[in-house]
Amino acid sequence: MDLGFVIAAYAVAATFFILSLGGLSNQESAKRAVWYGIAGMALAIVATLIGPGNGLWVLSLVLISAGGLVGVYVARRVMMTEMPQLVAAMHSLVGLAAVFVGLNAHLEIVRVAEAFATAGVAFPQPNYGVLAGPAAVVAENFRGFAAIAAAKTAVELNILRIELYLGILIGAVTFTGSVVAYGKLAGKISSRAEKLPGGHALNAGAALISAICLVWYLNTGELLSLVIMIIAALFVGYHLIMGIGGADMPVVVSMLNSYSGWAAAAIGFSLGNDLLIVVGALVGSSGAILSYIMCKAMNRSFISVILGGFGGSMSEQMAVEGEQVAIDADGVSAALEEADSIIIVPGYGMAVAQAQNAVSELTRELREKGKNVRFAIHPVAGRLPGHMNVLLAEAKVPYDIVLEMDEINEDFQDTDLVIVIGSNDIVNPAAQEDPGSPIAGMPVLEVWKAKQVIVSKRGQGTGYSGIENSLFYRENTRMFYGDAKASIGALLH
Amino acid sequence: MKIGTPKEVRAGEARVALTPDSARHLQKLGYTCLIETGAGVLAGIPDSAYERAGVEVVDSATLVWESADVLVKVRPPTEVEAEKLKANQTLISFFDPSENEHGLELARQKSANVIAMEMVPRISRAQKMDALSSMANVAGYRAVMEAGNNFGRFFTGQITAAGKVPPAKVLVIGAGVAGLAAIGAATALGAVTQAFDVRPEVAEQVESMGAEFVYLDFEEEQEDGSATGGYASVSSPEFREAQLAKFRELAPEVDIVITTALIPGRDAPKLWLTDMIEVMKPGSVIVDLAAERGGNVEGTVKDKRVVTDNDVVIIGYTDFPSRMANQSSNLYATNIRHMIADLTPDKDGQIVHNMDDDVIRGATVTYNGEITYPPPPPKVQAIATQKKAVVKEPSEDEKRAAEAARFRSETRRQIMLLSAGGISILLAGLYAPASFMQHFIVFVLAVFVGFQVIWGVAHSLHTPLMAVTNAISSIIILGALMQVGSGSSLVIILAGASIFMAGVNIFGGFLVTRRMLAMFQRS
Repeated sequence: MDLGFVIAAYAVAATFFILSLGGLSNQESAKRAVWYGIAGMALAIVATLIGPGNGLWVLSLVLISAGGLVGVYVARRVMMTEMPQLVAAMHSLVGLAAVFVGLNAHLEIVRVAEAFATAGVAFPQPNYGVLAGPAAVVAENFRGFAAIAAAKTAVELNILRIELYLGILIGAVTFTGSVVAYGKLAGKISSRAEKLPGGHALNAGAALISAICLVWYLNTGELLSLVIMIIAALFVGYHLIMGIGGADMPVVVSMLNSYSGWAAAAIGFSLGNDLLIVVGALVGSSGAILSYIMCKAMNRSFISVILGGFGGSMSEQMAVEGEQVAIDADGVSAALEEADSIIIVPGYGMAVAQAQNAVSELTRELREKGKNVRFAIHPVAGRLPGHMNVLLAEAKVPYDIVLEMDEINEDFQDTDLVIVIGSNDIVNPAAQEDPGSPIAGMPVLEVWKAKQVIVSKRGQGTGYSGIENSLFYRENTRMFYGDAKASIGALLH
Repeated sequence: MKIGTPKEVRAGEARVALTPDSARHLQKLGYTCLIETGAGVLAGIPDSAYERAGVEVVDSATLVWESADVLVKVRPPTEVEAEKLKANQTLISFFDPSENEHGLELARQKSANVIAMEMVPRISRAQKMDALSSMANVAGYRAVMEAGNNFGRFFTGQITAAGKVPPAKVLVIGAGVAGLAAIGAATALGAVTQAFDVRPEVAEQVESMGAEFVYLDFEEEQEDGSATGGYASVSSPEFREAQLAKFRELAPEVDIVITTALIPGRDAPKLWLTDMIEVMKPGSVIVDLAAERGGNVEGTVKDKRVVTDNDVVIIGYTDFPSRMANQSSNLYATNIRHMIADLTPDKDGQIVHNMDDDVIRGATVTYNGEITYPPPPPKVQAIATQKKAVVKEPSEDEKRAAEAARFRSETRRQIMLLSAGGISILLAGLYAPASFMQHFIVFVLAVFVGFQVIWGVAHSLHTPLMAVTNAISSIIILGALMQVGSGSSLVIILAGASIFMAGVNIFGGFLVTRRMLAMFQRS
């Protein structure tokens, strides 16, 4: 097949990918959107395999199938609550792949340069895109990327090096960042914000090393400069994400998502592959916007999230007075019996306890009794944007009773009973009442305005952000201690 | 001191301001009581009952007026009675001070201290002496009884062997004390009850009594009830029209209408007009509790029962409390007793007329030879002012101006972003070779498309979005595929590893997304 056909296939694939992302604007068309994505990917791979400049396609197919088997196995086995860590883990693969592909590009350039040197022909080429005389003879042995690299002029070669350098850099940051995010989400690493002594200075130092390496690499083209840069980037990825608390993980995951896209786009530039550029840019910008939307939902600047601003509070927090009053399952049942309108506010605690099915069952029972049961979802509830929606959908809670913060916040004051299941910061009145609080100004669900609030919670500890929650001490709040799944299960008949 | 009660002189008035029960309490406060013979007969209380309670029964009204230091009555004193007042005598009764200038003047001349029961302020502390409320309560109940008396059917719906009986439909207009009492009585009898009031804040009270509140489709902000001590105020012509339209709609369906709409110090508003009466079913009953002030219903005749041409009964009685004289006498006498208890702080049978007390000051209309009506506003607000959300609705012009300003600033921002972006791209184009710029244009467009597309993604789909973009980002496999065949073994190993990892990601990512999306379902 010639190049023209491959490019045409790429154009179609790019269209599919755009439709795939756009189709996610509502639940029904989303089901179609996945198939667009799959079709685009299949088309892109097939076109590349049968296109010019490819070899070893049997090996490629075997590797894809082997990877596919692993992927299918993991995706089948994983539970919905483990979705955030799975996505993070997958990002790390993309990051690592980007590093490898970038390194390959470098190795190819070196190989091409050596071949020209042994043949005694000048490299890079003096003129753009023209392979004349002896150069053409040498270049005939090259296929794929090497053939493209062989035709480069000096300026083009430098640009190529910048591109692959960026691709490797971003890929490396994505790799370690995703691994750390995976560890935090899976509970394998402490989710608290931790920094090595030196803090941001270390990050800045690593960034400076990377910059020096870039200059070094452009001037000499030495592999060592790349290796040092990779080490520095791996450290930045690790240290940056370690410094961000568990509560900010949704933003981190979508930010890493964005990075993996930019890495792909950078690699696309170095390989001269438009589809890689298009898709990388799509993924990169979508992740960036998602991060922005989430930061806005928390009323925080992107920079402060990335730099781990949740750590210390700016001023003295208000002391919380009063005591937490406990309630038992019978008390909660009685309260549910009396209430006509009920709003359930799920949080990460529900996901951790796998309580979504019990919650769904409770919802069904209450709705059968004619009660108005709704769900209020804060934009950053859980550890992934839309995390709660996915869990509730898995448990077959109808999605039209699952409402966003803006849709339902006004209704709390007319509500008889609010059940908070494992959320903390997103229902903390301090965001509105205490200007000294670290979460001051963050939009929160105003559950305390309801007639009664029942908080299902494991113990008396604070949430991820470590902020005391005065909601738990209010007169209309009752604490329902225990594992969310067991607690909600006890309410079922 | 002596407390005396003359017989009510007004025709048809059956109530009495002193009962044996209240007399016992007053004696405990140190007073002696006397009553004119036969004063309680119409309320079902014979003289013997008073005598058993230790009340002195005297033969004539004149004797009562002369010997008592405190006079308690129901109706305002007639001119003849007022002439009998003496200096420093205290009179406690309804007095109607706003319409009774002559009576006020007479009492002033006589230097008598008059406490008007209708002037008791509506504050929590004074509820036990609020005779208007206690009488309105009786009136509301009695209105339903009168309606039932004139209504040819059951109130409650029944399905019997002898056929099906639909429930009576009752509409109560004005949900004050009388209205609420009427609602309670009507629902207790099994009627389907609806109620209307110009004060939307009483909807909750109406619903708590078991009736359905009739809402108007009208936007106007009604004056907060707390500004007028919990009473209704005059509504705008537009509001009135909306109200009448609603009544017209209800008129053909309702069987019984009870109107209790009164605005303090004004004639009763006409709310149930002739055309509404004409469309009512024959046999329907209207009870107009506002007849005293001209009535809410067109065609009400004060103190009369009228039957219209289409067989609708309109009852305009003004003496509902008197029609239940025993009940209302007991309630009224209790109100009076509480008032006297407040006037006797030391429980020594001596009146201490404390003009610094909000309740006493408010109810006193003449004191020490001076007219003290109208009283200053009470220090304690009757009802807490309802908090109103201060949301200033911007005017059309302001909205347009704000929109224009927003548009301008947005345009400015876009132009700045575009020119900054454009210039930097142009600069890059000056130095970068054409081969780079060809890819660059694709990149810029793709970023732009990405931004445009992602804004529209539903919030609840953000997790599937991430899974999809994650799967799609394994497009990096293309790079590995292009390199895998190109030569050195190190390159092949690295490229192979990349292909494998991307393969995991493609299949895993799409499968997970599909699993997630498959779960979304509509109820």
